[in-house]
Amino acid sequence: MAEKLLEVKNLCVSFKTRKGVVRAVNNLSFSINHGEVLGIVGESGSGKSVSMSAVMGLIKDENAEITGEVLFNGEDLLKKSDEELRAIRGKDIAMVFQDPMTALTPVYTIGWHIREQLQLHSNISDKDAKARAIELLEEVGIPDPHKRVDQYPHEFSGGMRQRAIIAMALSLNPKLLIADEPTTALDVTIQAQILDLLERLRKTYNSSIIIITHDMGVVSELSSEVLVMYAGRMVERSTKSSLFANPQHPYTKGLMNSVPRVDRARTSRLETISGQPASLLNLPSGCAFRNRCPSAHAACTEQPTFVSDSNGYGAACFLLTEGVRS
Amino acid sequence: MTRFVVKRLAAAVFVLVSISILVFLIFFATPGVDPAARIAGRNADQLTLQQVRATFDLDKPLHIRYVSMMKHLFIDRDLTSYVNRGAEVLPQLTQAIPATLSLVFGAAIIWLFLGLVLGITAAGMRKSWVDPAIGIIGIIGVSLPVYWLGEVVNLITQGRLHATLFRWVPPLGYVPFTESPGGWFLALLFPWLTLSLLYAGIYIRVIRSEIVSLMQEDFIKTERAKGAGEKRILIKHASRMSLITVVSLFGLDFGALVGGSALLTEVVFGIQGVGRLTFTALQNFDLPLIMATVMYAAFFIVIANAIVDLVYAWIDPRVRRG
Amino acid sequence: MSQEILRVNNVSRIYETSGGSFGRKNKVSALDGVSFNLVHGETLGIVGESGCGKSTLGRIISRLDTPTSGEIIYKGNDIAKKSLSAMRPLRKEIQFIFQDPYASLNPRRQIGAIIEEPMRIHGMGKDERRARAHELLEKVGLDKNSYEKYPHEFSGGQRQRVVIARALTLKPELIIADEPVSALDVSIQAQVLNLFKELQDEMKLTYIFVAHDLGVVRHISDRIAVMYLGKIVELGSVEEIYNNPQHPYTKALLSANPRIDQSAQSTRQILTGDIPSPLNRPSGCSFHTRCPIAVPECSTREPELRRVGAVDVACNLVV
Repeated sequence: MAEKLLEVKNLCVSFKTRKGVVRAVNNLSFSINHGEVLGIVGESGSGKSVSMSAVMGLIKDENAEITGEVLFNGEDLLKKSDEELRAIRGKDIAMVFQDPMTALTPVYTIGWHIREQLQLHSNISDKDAKARAIELLEEVGIPDPHKRVDQYPHEFSGGMRQRAIIAMALSLNPKLLIADEPTTALDVTIQAQILDLLERLRKTYNSSIIIITHDMGVVSELSSEVLVMYAGRMVERSTKSSLFANPQHPYTKGLMNSVPRVDRARTSRLETISGQPASLLNLPSGCAFRNRCPSAHAACTEQPTFVSDSNGYGAACFLLTEGVRS
Repeated sequence: MTRFVVKRLAAAVFVLVSISILVFLIFFATPGVDPAARIAGRNADQLTLQQVRATFDLDKPLHIRYVSMMKHLFIDRDLTSYVNRGAEVLPQLTQAIPATLSLVFGAAIIWLFLGLVLGITAAGMRKSWVDPAIGIIGIIGVSLPVYWLGEVVNLITQGRLHATLFRWVPPLGYVPFTESPGGWFLALLFPWLTLSLLYAGIYIRVIRSEIVSLMQEDFIKTERAKGAGEKRILIKHASRMSLITVVSLFGLDFGALVGGSALLTEVVFGIQGVGRLTFTALQNFDLPLIMATVMYAAFFIVIANAIVDLVYAWIDPRVRRG
Repeated sequence: MSQEILRVNNVSRIYETSGGSFGRKNKVSALDGVSFNLVHGETLGIVGESGCGKSTLGRIISRLDTPTSGEIIYKGNDIAKKSLSAMRPLRKEIQFIFQDPYASLNPRRQIGAIIEEPMRIHGMGKDERRARAHELLEKVGLDKNSYEKYPHEFSGGQRQRVVIARALTLKPELIIADEPVSALDVSIQAQVLNLFKELQDEMKLTYIFVAHDLGVVRHISDRIAVMYLGKIVELGSVEEIYNNPQHPYTKALLSANPRIDQSAQSTRQILTGDIPSPLNRPSGCSFHTRCPIAVPECSTREPELRRVGAVDVACNLVV
C-alpha cells in the first residue's frame, strides 16, 4: 500500500478580525499520492490559496489560528518548528505563485536566485550552482541560457520569468510542487506553454503537483484529480473525468454551467448561480451554499457531511445522502 | 550604462549653468538696486564705487557682466570682498570647505550606521519591546534641536566636567587634519555625535518603515517558499531593497549639509565651516562672498544629486536602461 | 433592416516614447491600419493577447484617445479628429465601460449620485434624474436601496452593474466595453454577461466587446475580430471563426485555450517564443516569427486584410 505523499486532515485556518472570526479554511481533508496532479478549484473566498499557504507554513499573521494535521510523508508539518519547515520548503515541497512580475527580488540576477535556492539546501559551490542554473534554464526552454543567467528579472518577459521561477522551484527535485494560479497573469498562448512545461517536467521529475486555479480549462488540461472548494470547505472531490462528466455538488454543476465555452455554440443565456459569493463574515447556518442553491431544502440548515467512497471521492451535499440525484 | 552616466552628467552641468545665471540675475539685475553700492558696502566713497564698477564691468551689458562675474569667480579667482576690506573671497571659502566636509562626512558615517543597524533591528524585532524602544530613541533624535543639544554638550564637556571626565576634549574650533590628525578627530567628535543624532533619528524611522512595508511584497513570499530564514530575508532582501529609498534621501541630506545647512552645528562648536561663512556673509551683506557661497552650495547639491542618480542605477538594475 | 452604425477606416495610433538617447524617440505602433464596420444591434468581439492593441482600439473608437490617422465614421460623421467639445453631444450615444469595477467608481460618492452624474452633466432636472436612476438600478438587478450606499459596500460584480447602469443613463446606442468581466469570479461573470445580453435586446444596443477570454467572446459576440500586434488578422462571424479558423494565429489561439472537454483530442498547437513587443514589431507579417507555416516571403511582405470565403483574413498564405 503506497504511502500517500500528502495527507491533510481537518485543516482549519481562522483569522481574528475586527469584525469577527473568519474561518478561511474549514475542516479541509484530502490526500494526494505520488505522481498525481490535483487541481483545487474555487472562486474568491473559497480558501484555496490560504489552505496551501497553511500547508507550507507560510501564514505569518499573528491573528491566525491553524489546527488539524498536515501529513507529508507521514510527518505532521503543523507540528514542526519553523526551522524544520525551512529545510522542507524549497527542497521537498516547492511553491510557485501567480504574478511572475513581482515574484523575484529585482536587484539580484536570475542566476543568483537559482544559486540561492540551491545553496539554501545543499553545499554546492558557486561555480557548480551557476552551471546548474544554466542547465535548468535550458530545460525550461529559455533561449540563450548562458547570457540570460546573468540578467535581472526585469529583463525577462512574463512568460520567461515564470519559466525561470518554475525552473528554480524544481531545481532540487521536490516531491510536491504547489502552483497557485501560475498562469492567470499570462496570455493564452503563453499559458499553454507553461501548462505544457509543467506537464513535461512532472513526467521528468516524477513530482506531484497541486494546482490552484479558478479556470476549469486549466484544471482539465493538467490535473487527474480535482477538489472543489466553497467558502472554506471542500464541497466535491473527484477524478477529473468524473467531475466533468457527472458533477455531484450543485455548486460544481453551477460553476461548470457558468463558464462560457469555446467549443460549444453559444446559448442565449448562461446558466448562472444566483446571488453573491459567500462572505466569510456572514455565512448562512448549515450549508454555506444554500442561499444560492437551486436544490436547497429544509435539511440544508444543517451542515452536510462529506460523503465519500473508498477513494475519498464524493461531495458534501444532502442530496447525495438522501439518494436524490438531480 | 555609459549613456546613462553621460546623460546624467550633462544634465548636471546644464543645471549648474542655469543656477549661476539665476543667482547672477538676482544679485545684479534686480531693478531699482545699484549693484555697485551693494558690493561696495555701506558708506563706500565714490572712488570705491568707481573701482567696483570697473572690476565688475557694471556699465557693460548684462551678458558681459555675467561672463565677467563668472571669470572672476572661476578663472581669475580674484574676487574680493569690499566689506571685508579687500579680503579675497575664494580663499575664505576654500579654507572653510574642508571643515564642513570633515564635519558632514563623519556625521554621515555615524548616522547611516545607526540608521541602518537600528532601523533593521527595529523592523526585524517588531513583535518585541525592542521596536518601540528604538522608536523612542528615534523620536528623541528628531526632537532635540541641534543648537540646544550642542550647547548642552558644550556645557558638559567644556564647562562642568571639563576638568575631570572630559579633560581630553579640545577647545571649540576646527583643527585641520594636516595639522594634527588626533586633534582633528577629537575636535570633531562631539560635533559629529550631535549632528548625527538628528539624522539618525530620521533615518531609523524611514528605514524601519520601508523594511516593514517591503516585507509584505511578493518576492518575500517567494523567498520563504524557497526555504530562506527570516533573518536572511530581512537582510539580504528587504534591507537591500530599502537602500533604494535610503540613497535618494541621503543624497538630498548630504548635499544640503555640505552646501551649508550644518550652520547651527558649526556656530555652536566654533567650526569655521561654509555654513558659518555664509551666515557671516549674509549678516554683513558681503555680496561677493554671498555669491561665492551660494554658487558653491548649489554646485555641491547638484553634484550630490548626480552622484545619487548614479548610485541609484548601481543599486537598482531596473533603472539602468535610461 | 440593420444599417451601419460605425465604420472604422484605416485607423492607426502611433505613440512616441522618450527613452532613446538625446531627443531620439522610439515610435510604438499600437494600431496599424485597422478597418472594420459595425451594424446596428450587433456585438463585435475583439480578442487578442498583450500588445495586440485591442484596448487602444476601444479607447480610440470612443474617442478617449485620438488616432494618429484614419477615419472613424459614426452614423455618417467622421469623429476621428473632433475636438473634445464637439464630441460632447456624442457622448450621450457612445459609452465606455472599463475593466476594473473597483477603480471605476468614485469611492466617496453614493451610488445614486454616481449614476446621475452623466445626466447632470447633460442638464437633466433633479427629479427626472432620480427617477431614471431608480429605473436603471432595477434594470441592472440591484436593490432599490442601493441608491444611498457607497461602492465599498458592494462586491465586484455588483459594482460592475453600477458601472453598466451609469453607462445606460443617457440611452446610448453604442457601448464599448473593455474587459468588463475579467476581474470577476466565474459565477458572477456569467450573471453580468447575461445582463449585457438582456440589455442589448431590450434597449437595442450595439456593443464592441474587448476581451482576452475566448469563451466569453464567443458567448457574447455576433462577429469577432482577432488582433495581433496592432492589426486585425481575422474578422468574421462567430461560428466561422470558432469552427473554421483561417489565420494561423487564430488557430493557435483557439488551440492554446485550455479545453474543458478533453475527449476531443486534437493535439494542442503550442506556439514557441514570446509575443514580440510592439516596440520591436517583426518585419513583413508581424506573426511570421511564431507562425508554424511561415515561408520566407512572410518576413518581407505584409499581408492585407482580404475577404477569403466567409471571413476576412490577413495572411500571405490564405487566398
